[in-house]
Amino acid sequence: MVTSNSELAYNGKIEGEVIVSRADAVINWIRTNSVWPMPMGLACCAIELMAVGNGRFDIARFGAEVMRFSPRQADCMIVAGTVTYKMAPVVRRIYDQMTSPKWVIAMGACASSGGMYRSYATLQGVDRIIPVDVYVSGCPPRPEALLDALIKLQAKIKAERSASELFTAST
Amino acid sequence: MSASVDAITYIKSTFPSVTDRLSSDWPAVNVPTGELISVLKSLRDEQAFDLLSDVTAIDWAEGASPRFTVVYHLYSTTSHAAIRVATPCTGDDAAPTVPSVVPLWPGANWHEREAYDMFGITFEGHPDLRRILMWDGYPYHPLRKEFPLAGIETVLPDSAVAEETKAKVIAAPMMGGPFVASAGEMNLTDAEPRAKDESWSERSAKPGA
Repeated sequence: MVTSNSELAYNGKIEGEVIVSRADAVINWIRTNSVWPMPMGLACCAIELMAVGNGRFDIARFGAEVMRFSPRQADCMIVAGTVTYKMAPVVRRIYDQMTSPKWVIAMGACASSGGMYRSYATLQGVDRIIPVDVYVSGCPPRPEALLDALIKLQAKIKAERSASELFTAST
Repeated sequence: MSASVDAITYIKSTFPSVTDRLSSDWPAVNVPTGELISVLKSLRDEQAFDLLSDVTAIDWAEGASPRFTVVYHLYSTTSHAAIRVATPCTGDDAAPTVPSVVPLWPGANWHEREAYDMFGITFEGHPDLRRILMWDGYPYHPLRKEFPLAGIETVLPDSAVAEETKAKVIAAPMMGGPFVASAGEMNLTDAEPRAKDESWSERSAKPGA
């Protein structure tokens, strides 16, 4: 006799309290939903970055509300603002102090390309000194645009081959 | 305003070498470099111009004599009068010099550092004449007339980071700029900042260049 299975969710009694999955899926699931940002607020974009943390936009819905001012505890550097040449080595050193895995969001026109500052003092895009995962357009971007960037970054993290990097000798 | 005019009259009678300077707002005077400190001290102590609100400089371009003029903006917090004092720099174009007014107004410290950073003017007697906006070791003075807006290629402030990233301080791509807004346009679309010459950009070379 065939009975229809009405169990839609995981049932520990049937499955023997074991979940079978891929290491990549588990690791990326964890990483995706607790991206701790390093707020590299350098100009007016930082104001919008602060707005993203407020209840109205609420970056906590995506698990990234834990702004860490110590790079050693952060996963994702959000470069929000104009990077001057004087500040550029500082940004790079803070990035170097972040522990892997780490990602970078270039927030706004200035961080992405130098923006309107075509001048002797401004780095023409933070990607000249650190690798950028997501660029956000806008001057400054709306908070929703930064949330969209975070969602895109989460999609990128989900597609990473994390396990092979963890369990093979890294170079 | 009358307090400013009184101060001008007083300072011109006390120092015969002080002359009137063309100005569209406050009264202004030209002062020879040698008498700058005594004129400013007199304005501060005798005429109660107790606030030095700005120190800045003018580059009259290469070949002009004097090439650099330093301008002091004074304000009186008792009579609410303002006055402007200008003095030419001595020395050659590479190292123009004026005496520092930090002994008179300690607030002049950072203003003079900025003028040194941007124009390369040496303020004699300044307690700590370092760059304030650009980094130590930057080889140019960016507000001088011969310095292009886009900048000149040089090295990053931190050699370790420069070596690792291979990044340099570059002349910024101008994309047809510099961009200018036409003043007095009633139509806002026409008043939008735009390139003076839009026939060239990074992709097509500037005609005749």
